Amino acid sequence: MTSTASAPSGLAGYVDRKRRLWLFSLGVPMLALVGPLLYVLVSPQVIWLWVSTIFAYIVIPALDAVLGEDLSNPPEEAVPALEADPYYRYVTYALVPILWVSFLVNIIFLGYYDLPWYGTLAVIISTGGSLGFGLNLGHEMGHKKTELERWLAKITLALGFYGHFFVEHNRGHHRDVATPEDPASSRMGESIYRFVFREMPGAFFRAWDLEAQRLERCGKSVWSLDNEVLQPALISAVLYGGLIAWLGIEILPVMLLIAFWGAFQLTLANYIEHYGLLRRKEPSGRYERCQPHHSWNSNHLFSNWALFHLQRHSDHHAHPTRRYQSLRDFPDLPRLPSGYFGMYLLTYFPPLWFKVMDKRLLDAVGRDPSRINFLPAKRELLMRRYGLVDAAAPEGGEVAA
Amino acid sequence: MSRYQCPECGYEYDEAAGDPHQGYPAGTRWEALPDSFTCPDCAVRYKEDFKPVEE
Repeated sequence: MTSTASAPSGLAGYVDRKRRLWLFSLGVPMLALVGPLLYVLVSPQVIWLWVSTIFAYIVIPALDAVLGEDLSNPPEEAVPALEADPYYRYVTYALVPILWVSFLVNIIFLGYYDLPWYGTLAVIISTGGSLGFGLNLGHEMGHKKTELERWLAKITLALGFYGHFFVEHNRGHHRDVATPEDPASSRMGESIYRFVFREMPGAFFRAWDLEAQRLERCGKSVWSLDNEVLQPALISAVLYGGLIAWLGIEILPVMLLIAFWGAFQLTLANYIEHYGLLRRKEPSGRYERCQPHHSWNSNHLFSNWALFHLQRHSDHHAHPTRRYQSLRDFPDLPRLPSGYFGMYLLTYFPPLWFKVMDKRLLDAVGRDPSRINFLPAKRELLMRRYGLVDAAAPEGGEVAA
Repeated sequence: MSRYQCPECGYEYDEAAGDPHQGYPAGTRWEALPDSFTCPDCAVRYKEDFKPVEE
């Protein structure tokens, strides 16, 4: 291909300043691998095993506060070239082996080294955290249309025994997002500890039902190897079975705790991404199409570099197949006061979460209760507490614009 | 045989090819797809949003 001097890359003169910064999406998840390596190679101190957790919960929120937000977007004419540039895909591919090696090293480390309970706890949290980055990667690749990316998504999600996410997220969550039907959209007044009991089982059964329906249409058994919930689960079973055979059955509860903590990272993300936001029901009985104001966003620089732009969530839901490097910010979107990691800290303390977020939610929906996804049991209480009033019920099924 | 395209992500349903992965064999007419059909790639657009592709 010959290139011209004026527009050598097809980017119409646009320079992507984040191009190299996406490497943080590889470096930050790699910190879970650094802990055991420092313990073995430098000195047997438990503090090393906390490095990635401290980084996630203290250093990243601090960097987000210091570095601030990025409101820039790639110009639309540069997007086709940006999407076609294989570099961005290679960065995502590279994270797959990093996460696998990190998981294996941590499990084998636990199998061979006697740690005090707080050392084991540190490894569970850091390795579970790296599975959270795996869910983020599986999310990015699972949305894409190429077979390679879809399989890499399944292989990555298999690490945490969470392969059903691939089905559940694309065909379930994206269809039902910001409605009471969605187990993966949190409601106003719902704490993270209540949400998790709805989100985890709800997501699994929705995935299973979607696959059962698809396979029935295909005329195949739900237990066939074409079941995309079973495919990654089989990889997980072989992986976990092999590690048990090697390290003994004592490793199983630890691996299950790690898988749970990984899945809980997704629960946290789901909790903060759509808290209380609601799509209106149209006269046809369908919900209005998912709009940018149905997701919470964060433009904080560092956490976005570490998470493949996941926090530009509105554009993702409006355009799910758009690649991470092209996701945009829009004015007047519901905004989170920090990046995801800072917000996760807040969710652990529900009174604090409600204090910060309920006010933002009311601002985001213009204090209109018909635009709020309430926890039914708390609806009355919240309406009273914030002095909200129902608008006159629209007649004849008309929906206000 | 006609083709229908998702206005969001460009997914194309071709009646001649069907979408066997989704359980719609080759030759399945657009009208025969359930009303609950959503775009298999982006899940943002419903059946009624799809646009016929001009030949």
